[in-house]
Amino acid sequence: MTDKTVKVSIRHLYKIFGSDPQAALTRVRDGMSKAELLDKTSHVLGLNDINVDMHEGRITVIMGLSGSGKSTLIRHLNRLIEPTAGEILVNGEDILSWNEQRLRKLRRESMSMVFQKFALLPHRTVLENAGMAMATRGKSRRDYEAEARKWLDRVGLSGQDDQYPHQLSGGMQQRVGIARALTSNADIMLMDEAFSALDPLIRTDMQDLLLELQEELHKTIVFITHDLDEALKLADHLVILKDGAVVQQGEPQEILLNPSDPYIEDFVADINRARVLRARSIMTDRPPQGEIAGDVAPTDNLESVIAQAEGALDRTYRVTRGDEALGYVGMADVMQALVRRPSGYTAS
Amino acid sequence: MATYDGLFDTLGLRDWCDTDASDGPMSMADLMARTQGGDEAGTTALRDLPFPSLDALHDACNAIPQTRDLTSGLETGFLGIRDALRVVVDPLTQPLSWALENTLWVMTETPWWIMIPLLLLATWAVGRSWKIVGFVAAILAGLAFVDHYEVAMQTLAIIFVCAFICVLFGVPIGIAMSRSDRLQNVVTPILDLLQTLPPFVYLIPLIFLFSVTEPKLYGIAVILYAIVPVVRLTNLGIRLVDADVIEAADAFGMTKSQKLFGVQIPLALPNIMAGVNQTIMMSLAMVVIASMVSAPGLGILVLRGIRNLELGVGLVAGLGIVVLAIALDRVTKASLARIDASQANR
Ligand SMILES: Nc1ncnc2c1ncn2[C@@H]1O[C@H](COP(=O)(O)OP(=O)(O)OP(=O)(O)O)[C@@H](O)[C@H]1O
Ligand SMILES: [Mg+2]
Repeated sequence: MTDKTVKVSIRHLYKIFGSDPQAALTRVRDGMSKAELLDKTSHVLGLNDINVDMHEGRITVIMGLSGSGKSTLIRHLNRLIEPTAGEILVNGEDILSWNEQRLRKLRRESMSMVFQKFALLPHRTVLENAGMAMATRGKSRRDYEAEARKWLDRVGLSGQDDQYPHQLSGGMQQRVGIARALTSNADIMLMDEAFSALDPLIRTDMQDLLLELQEELHKTIVFITHDLDEALKLADHLVILKDGAVVQQGEPQEILLNPSDPYIEDFVADINRARVLRARSIMTDRPPQGEIAGDVAPTDNLESVIAQAEGALDRTYRVTRGDEALGYVGMADVMQALVRRPSGYTAS
Repeated sequence: MATYDGLFDTLGLRDWCDTDASDGPMSMADLMARTQGGDEAGTTALRDLPFPSLDALHDACNAIPQTRDLTSGLETGFLGIRDALRVVVDPLTQPLSWALENTLWVMTETPWWIMIPLLLLATWAVGRSWKIVGFVAAILAGLAFVDHYEVAMQTLAIIFVCAFICVLFGVPIGIAMSRSDRLQNVVTPILDLLQTLPPFVYLIPLIFLFSVTEPKLYGIAVILYAIVPVVRLTNLGIRLVDADVIEAADAFGMTKSQKLFGVQIPLALPNIMAGVNQTIMMSLAMVVIASMVSAPGLGILVLRGIRNLELGVGLVAGLGIVVLAIALDRVTKASLARIDASQANR
């Protein structure tokens, strides 16, 4: 993988809710836990020493259970919430030092946001909602109309321009939400549980739509979810939060194969590994002794490799991208990857 | 000999009591006691023990003022600051007098065959419903038919001016309240006070302040009474705007005024309109009471009915007020329904 430039970088970020966060911060830095802090000082530890790099053109997924601080974290990126301590660098600049004008410019031009509850303006039409970012910048309807319509078409909402949000279904409303974010032409997109309010089928559709758009747009996307399947499907980089702290982050396949913590082992226990793991994650460099049964793509999941082998256990496949051989996958490796590795932890 | 003499004697205050024992005018109680005469035994049965009120204590000790000194003190105090107050309040409220005089003049002097169609046109503009227009037309025609056209126009004129001013000031006050909890904490008790004071009480200080012939006298009374709901509901409406939508507005970099005019006010509009409706209804109620201080209109006839025991006059005028109230309510509700329909989001 080519290492792309870091677009957004979070350094030692802390957020404590309460009347005297600075005093509580000292205690947290001295190692007090979230529960203890709440108990002793009735301050809520929202975020605890977060360090994440978000690369340009990638989808960074932040995952965690309810209350783990996901929404709090994403709202720091455009300073809807002010941190207690730490740095947030966008294109290498610390946005915490910015004044109101600069911050507003950032929100208007370089960061857009999609919300769990859609948060469309109920008194504006679909087209006006899609053009909200440009209208906020002072563009007239005539100026943003073409752009807004283009993105509405792109998300599959042609001909609904003059409807009001309440006339649309949830899935359609969220399409408007995505069109609104895209019309702003911001290169960073923040999505807070954008698909959580949708039913499973629509949700899969929307995930596919997002991946398809990303294929051509290469935005820097920060996506929040509490759903592991969704996280694994979308993530280039996966960050797992628990009680306001990062427990593990990295390539999703890597996390799946090497969970560093019983919390994550629990998380990944119920996943269909054959469908999620891909050939490139388990391939090895050394050529096998026997003959090569065929070629597979690095992004093929294990399910399709097993299908290709027709159940035979003694075959080996070459992983190729174009003409280049990247590595080899033996069926024995496949079988081993399907069960959880015995690790040092005892997952209860 | 009064009940509490002993008290002051034991406290050793007798000298103080008698120092400035100017023989003030006798109180009612003194007179009563004198006329009943007799049993000044000094021993009052416990059953008859008077509450140690100012008057009772004054009987025993002249240095303590009577209750009527308190009320007259208030009165002279008020009269004392009256001139200073008038210097400030008079010019400030003068436009109100002009507005009332001119609107009254326009609405009564314009021929009925221009005025009624104009009112119906306004009804259409606000309500967009032929049914409501027909209803209002029937009411105006009915009032005119029984020769109450002119008084009805006077009442309407006062309501239009006062309700307009209520909205003009009430909405900004409500917006300011919604943005500052501190201001809300200060203004809410004032609103409570304005709402609970009996309407007659407003009139008392106003009568001292202005001459009864000035229209602003009743104008101010009506406005003070009727401004409360529009302030309250504007504040409430803006505070109730969905926090998610506000967050989205922030996330897309809206300025405060973009947020206020593009999001908060439009979304609070149903509540604000409900406040306007209430304000209009309350000004109508007050306009009748304000007739006691020379507000023209239907209220004058109601008062005449009461004063001269002219049952028919009072009843017809009262009914006139009722139908006007219904008409105003329907028209404002129709506009409210129109706003709600265009954003049936809740
Ligand atoms: N304004 C606030 N005041 C006090 N505590 C807060 C505030 N906002 C969030 N918290 C606390 O911070 C923690 C993280 O909240 P957050 O909303 O970020 O969780 P989340 O991961 O987004 O959860 P969910 O999946 O339910 O949305 C919670 O314990 C919450 O109680
Ligand atoms: Mg959340």
